[in-house]
Amino acid sequence: MAAPFDMSDDNVVVIIGTGAGGGVLANELAQKGVSVVALEAGGRYLPEDYINDEWDSFGQLAWLDTRTTSGSWRVSDDFPNLPAWIVKAVGGTTTHWAGASIRFQEHEWKALTNYGAVEGANLLDWPIDGSEMAPWYDLAEKKLGVTRTNGLEGLPGCNNYKVFEAGAKKLGYKEVHTGRMAINSQEYDGRMACQQTGFCFQGCKWGAKWSAAYTDIPRGEATGNLEVREKAHVARILHDDSGKVTGVEYFDAEGNLQMQRARVVCVAGNSFESPRLLLNSASSMFPEGLGNSSGQVGRNYMRHMTGSVYGVFEEPVRMWRGTTMAGIIQDEARHDPSRGFVGGYELETLSLGLPFMAAFLDPGGWGREFTTALDAYENMAGMWIVGEDMPQEGNGVTLSEAEDQYGLKVANVHFDDHPNDVAMRNHAYAQGAKVYDAVGATRTFPTPPYPSTHNLGTNRMSERPEDGVVNRWGQSHDIENLFVSDGSQFTTGAAENPTLTIVALAIRQADHIAREMSAQNL
Amino acid sequence: MTETIHIRKMTRRQLLSRGVAAGAGLVVGSGFVAGRTAAWATEMNALKPETMATLIQMARDIYPHDKVGDEYYAAAVKGYDVPEEAEFTEAGILALDEAAQARGHAGYLAIGWERDRVDVLRAMEDTAFFQRIRGGLVTGLYNQKAVWPIFGYEGESYSKGGYMYRGFDDIAWI
Repeated sequence: MAAPFDMSDDNVVVIIGTGAGGGVLANELAQKGVSVVALEAGGRYLPEDYINDEWDSFGQLAWLDTRTTSGSWRVSDDFPNLPAWIVKAVGGTTTHWAGASIRFQEHEWKALTNYGAVEGANLLDWPIDGSEMAPWYDLAEKKLGVTRTNGLEGLPGCNNYKVFEAGAKKLGYKEVHTGRMAINSQEYDGRMACQQTGFCFQGCKWGAKWSAAYTDIPRGEATGNLEVREKAHVARILHDDSGKVTGVEYFDAEGNLQMQRARVVCVAGNSFESPRLLLNSASSMFPEGLGNSSGQVGRNYMRHMTGSVYGVFEEPVRMWRGTTMAGIIQDEARHDPSRGFVGGYELETLSLGLPFMAAFLDPGGWGREFTTALDAYENMAGMWIVGEDMPQEGNGVTLSEAEDQYGLKVANVHFDDHPNDVAMRNHAYAQGAKVYDAVGATRTFPTPPYPSTHNLGTNRMSERPEDGVVNRWGQSHDIENLFVSDGSQFTTGAAENPTLTIVALAIRQADHIAREMSAQNL
Repeated sequence: MTETIHIRKMTRRQLLSRGVAAGAGLVVGSGFVAGRTAAWATEMNALKPETMATLIQMARDIYPHDKVGDEYYAAAVKGYDVPEEAEFTEAGILALDEAAQARGHAGYLAIGWERDRVDVLRAMEDTAFFQRIRGGLVTGLYNQKAVWPIFGYEGESYSKGGYMYRGFDDIAWI
């Protein structure tokens, strides 16, 4: 049967969320002839809709439904209802992401083995490794058109990158380049090359950056096997007496409660909404929530160890011109405990426009210390720090007492830095400042983490059912026809931007689900 | 966003003759607040003109940019000049003046040095009034497109074709 599908069609795979995980999974399954209904809480926006304006775009794309926060992280004070800067739209956060597409390092798949037990951390090895993932990474890099893979050239370096590169080389860093980016350096896959417009975070108006919104989603729909229902806000997943999931209840665009039957349900609503949904789906049979016999649903939330360093120079930089994330230093990404922490971090250029710089440079800051920084905005260069943070059982998502517009309990996000995170951040702040000092910075700013963009780990993958929520396929340890398909399945976070790995896992999961369905195992 | 308006049919001389100097660059008159040079003025709807003048000075002291004119600060706080915000704002500014008086000044606007005004603000930093005004300024001031060129920020670039041929890599000093 071709899309659109009937609500009572119990042969469809229902995917909740259409970002890097759900959007790719939906297309990959549709290409294999599997019937898919994708439920997306947000609306549909395409390049012609994107806005080259930070706050207007934020209002258009960001997930602004209520969330609450707790814990000692500064975001909880500065942005108590905005723990994350992620997107509510068809294509999810692939509209907003910077495009950095780098593979995990081999040792990062086995953090517990390679780092050893870390006090206060809930480290675990992934049940999969780099060699198993290599062919899926190959497919993901081809899909995304990642520069510096498959013969695609790197992007040219913009002003912000040139400052960063010069400082890095003076400091002796060797692994410095304009990154492996899912931004076209030349026409690729029917999409044009980057025009160095800036505003990568606001949706690429040229379509030069890969986003599921205008690649995988329409391609899946073109097969006739994928129906995307926009503004469909999922309330709960239903199950039968045998403990298999049978369908999904959601509020449609008019606010009416609907129920779509399902053969398989894949949850891909990101690391806040996915565990929230499993917890909100608690029943008499599963009183702690679906797939939660281990008690690990919502736990081990990771957001990457982040922060930024901005430097001010005597002469203009104009960092906003060109690709937002325009280059990388990878020398610190190694695991080298002699630095005082386990795991490593990447340094990646970043720029913010004046409005967001005012909001995020030092949230709550005021007076001349703050305003003289902005006075030098034109002479500023910027970089972002992204490193592996420690999974901690107490960090994560629980159901808040607050309710959303549908009367559903919202996610409360609790986070405390681990001492390893703090040590790594301090090291990175110092190294980042050295990069800029090496080329004549007159002032540098160790800027605190923004609301999270890399949200990982709240339904983690584990070999043993008691250690996590899903198995090596992202399949629930408890419920065989329930899958998790987003970054929440990450066992550990590694130092790398997660999207490429989410995409690779989604391609691999699609292959598994299609195979199991045709074998009648699902 | 920009609610600052020019008072109609009033010459600079007439305008200034109807007001009194208040604070660094402001003139307070009957029903309006104006810049000292009368290049701009804003009519009051719900707030006392003296309150608006103090609020503008407070906004500048929170986010002081010497290259940014008072009209942008006025525009950033003009949203408080509505009936539903008037009570909160008048009370907040009254408290600010009282805090200044407790330090021996005639009022907040009468304090000559920025550092002395900032001392008053620091002491009330945790109040709901201060936090509301400061938080509102983050977008109220810095998201005014007219302010961006003062900082060199160029804003939207797609309609101009991005920076591929307009200097994305034109840095010469590095």
